[in-house]
Amino acid sequence: MNIFVLMKRTFDTEEKIVIANGKVNEDGAEFIINPYDEYAIEEAIQVRDKHGGEITVITVGNEDAEKELRTALAMGCDKAVLINVEDDVEEQDQYTTAKIIAEYLKDKQPDLILAGNVAIDGGSGQVGPRVAELLGISYVTTITKLDIDGGKVTIVRDVEGDEEIIEASLPLLVTAQQGLNEPRYPSLPGIMKAKKKPLEELELDDLDLEEDDVEAKTKTIEVFLPPKKEAGKILQGELADQVKELVTLLRTEAKVV
Amino acid sequence: MSRKVITLAEIRDGSLRNVSFEAIAAAKTIAQGGEVVAVLLGESAQSYANELIYYGADRVVTVENEKLNHYTSDGYGQALMAVIDSEKPEGIVFGHTALGKDLAPKLATKLNSGLVSDVVAVEEAGGNLVFTRPIYSGKAFEKKIVTDGVIFVTVRPNNIPVLERDEARSGNVTNLSANIKDLRTIVKEVVRKTAEGVDLSEAKVIVAGGRGVKSADGFKPLQELAEVLGGAVGASRGACDAGYCDYSLQIGQTGKVVTPDLYIACGISGAIQHLAGMSNSKVIVAINKDSEANIFKVADYGIVGDLFEVVPLLTEEFKKLKVRS
Ligand SMILES: Cc1cc2nc3c(=O)[nH]c(=O)nc-3n(C[C@H](O)[C@H](O)[C@H](O)COP(=O)(O)OP(=O)(O)OC[C@H]3O[C@@H](n4cnc5c(N)ncnc54)[C@H](O)[C@@H]3O)c2cc1C
Ligand SMILES: Cc1cc2nc3c(=O)[nH]c(=O)nc-3n(C[C@H](O)[C@H](O)[C@H](O)COP(=O)(O)OP(=O)(O)OC[C@H]3O[C@@H](n4cnc5c(N)ncnc54)[C@H](O)[C@@H]3O)c2cc1C
Repeated sequence: MNIFVLMKRTFDTEEKIVIANGKVNEDGAEFIINPYDEYAIEEAIQVRDKHGGEITVITVGNEDAEKELRTALAMGCDKAVLINVEDDVEEQDQYTTAKIIAEYLKDKQPDLILAGNVAIDGGSGQVGPRVAELLGISYVTTITKLDIDGGKVTIVRDVEGDEEIIEASLPLLVTAQQGLNEPRYPSLPGIMKAKKKPLEELELDDLDLEEDDVEAKTKTIEVFLPPKKEAGKILQGELADQVKELVTLLRTEAKVV
Repeated sequence: MSRKVITLAEIRDGSLRNVSFEAIAAAKTIAQGGEVVAVLLGESAQSYANELIYYGADRVVTVENEKLNHYTSDGYGQALMAVIDSEKPEGIVFGHTALGKDLAPKLATKLNSGLVSDVVAVEEAGGNLVFTRPIYSGKAFEKKIVTDGVIFVTVRPNNIPVLERDEARSGNVTNLSANIKDLRTIVKEVVRKTAEGVDLSEAKVIVAGGRGVKSADGFKPLQELAEVLGGAVGASRGACDAGYCDYSLQIGQTGKVVTPDLYIACGISGAIQHLAGMSNSKVIVAINKDSEANIFKVADYGIVGDLFEVVPLLTEEFKKLKVRS
């Protein structure tokens, strides 16, 4: 089976956010594989181990993403592709990313494409469905179970807490939700092997794309931190009095009850 | 500049979702005086149409077709494309719900358009429509504009104030027949896990429990408090993972994103993934026995103490209040 995983290198949102020059300052910040993409990688490995085939993990970004791609290879992916847009693209949005990925995939005849359901930094959840639409294949988002039997695919999809049992067929794009699996940690031999696995680096040119072809369709005009919350009021005194005070505050100060 | 804007309404448990009315309000701002057309899909669509007009839609277009009784991206995609072809809107608004998240990127791509997802505010500023949305798991916000194609947006539930309901409003309701073919994905079965009643993502009051609740039984006092307040019960992943409650109650990045007027966190430590789902709540109360817990950093009011003592006392106080008023 020809399997592809879309992986984003994300800002670790557990970190403190600082804004400088109208942007979130990334200097010295911690970056990770988007957690939902770890589920996608793990699922890809399990599908390959069961059905055979090859997994290519793809990222659109800059050369810093090599680290996360190597981690994906160490987990068990077979090949990595870094589409480096640093020199070509200034403004990028979800359309840009999806268009680049779809252009790369269009002649690769993918059977199964796995992505995360959402990136924890950008948070739009657009890239997966957009890629599927550009490729003209069907997709199922926020999946928690995947079974492939020949060309028939049975999926459990999380729909705001309820479950849908879905029947689909290959080729297919799915996006991973928490609960799909438990991502493995790269093993030491895995890490050694990963160093020798192929990691191809491409630029827009290699995909016959001009900057205009991938021009963003939205624009960010401002980035800001939420208004600093005044330190909350920690109530004091006897518990029963605290509770009485809380109810009064919720009624008269916060006016929510 | 006035625009024609369409919005897709959603039905859940036999009634329209509140976010559908919020989407109409957002569409009004985007329309800038232009027409707002609400779209409803499925066999019984007509019967809900008037309510959408009372909440501000100028017209309603339905596509009544049995293939649209349950959502699939293929079916809904085809139906909406038929509506788009006949209406030629310049803006399209969805709720940022399971449906909106799944469908909006597909249609935006089909129409070669920009999409701003998970919008919490819409304003017109300097001739531009400006959309505000949370980023970095809710730790920051960005303002975005759409620069190409149809203006696509999905709006986060419970953030955009609805317009006043007015039964004096009237408008046309028309049915469009669309040929729906080729469903490449088929929903075989829906397994209901969430409770009937108040939908978490739209609840005005949420009482949420974490690992500190300690057992499934430990949720009982929380349920009682939620009941008195007319709210819903939610949970952290910690509580779900421990098996104290079903995952359908999970609030956070992976679970539901909620913005109630009042969020009462009981025995929840306040991990970033949890905060991503609730930090924009209007008022946050934290009850935790650890005064250092992270949840106090986002709380407006905090009580350091044992939730099993505090929560029942709170329920009693609110009950007294109810009797008095
Ligand atoms: C050089 C550069 C410049 C940028 N400039 C801007 C800017 O000006 N304005 C702005 O808003 N954003 C900018 N971005 C961010 C970028 O546009 C978005 O983060 C990206 O399009 C993904 O959107 P999202 O974070 O909403 O992901 P989502 O749509 O939430 O991601 C869902 C899933 O799609 C896949 N995916 C997402 N992104 C990638 C990727 N890059 N590679 C492979 N798979 C992916 C993953 O599987 C992920 O789990 C820039 C990024 C880069 C690298
Ligand atoms: C990819 C990913 C996605 C995730 N998504 C989510 C998500 O959507 N939602 C989510 O919630 N988490 C999510 N998490 C998990 C998150 O990181 C935390 O592990 C989780 O939120 C912790 O749950 P908790 O606060 O209930 O438990 P804990 O962190 O164990 O906290 C329990 C708290 O209860 C307090 N306590 C104990 N007993 C009492 C008592 N008697 N009275 C009062 N207080 C008491 C303790 O002081 C403590 O602060 C995600 C993690 C990952 C990696």
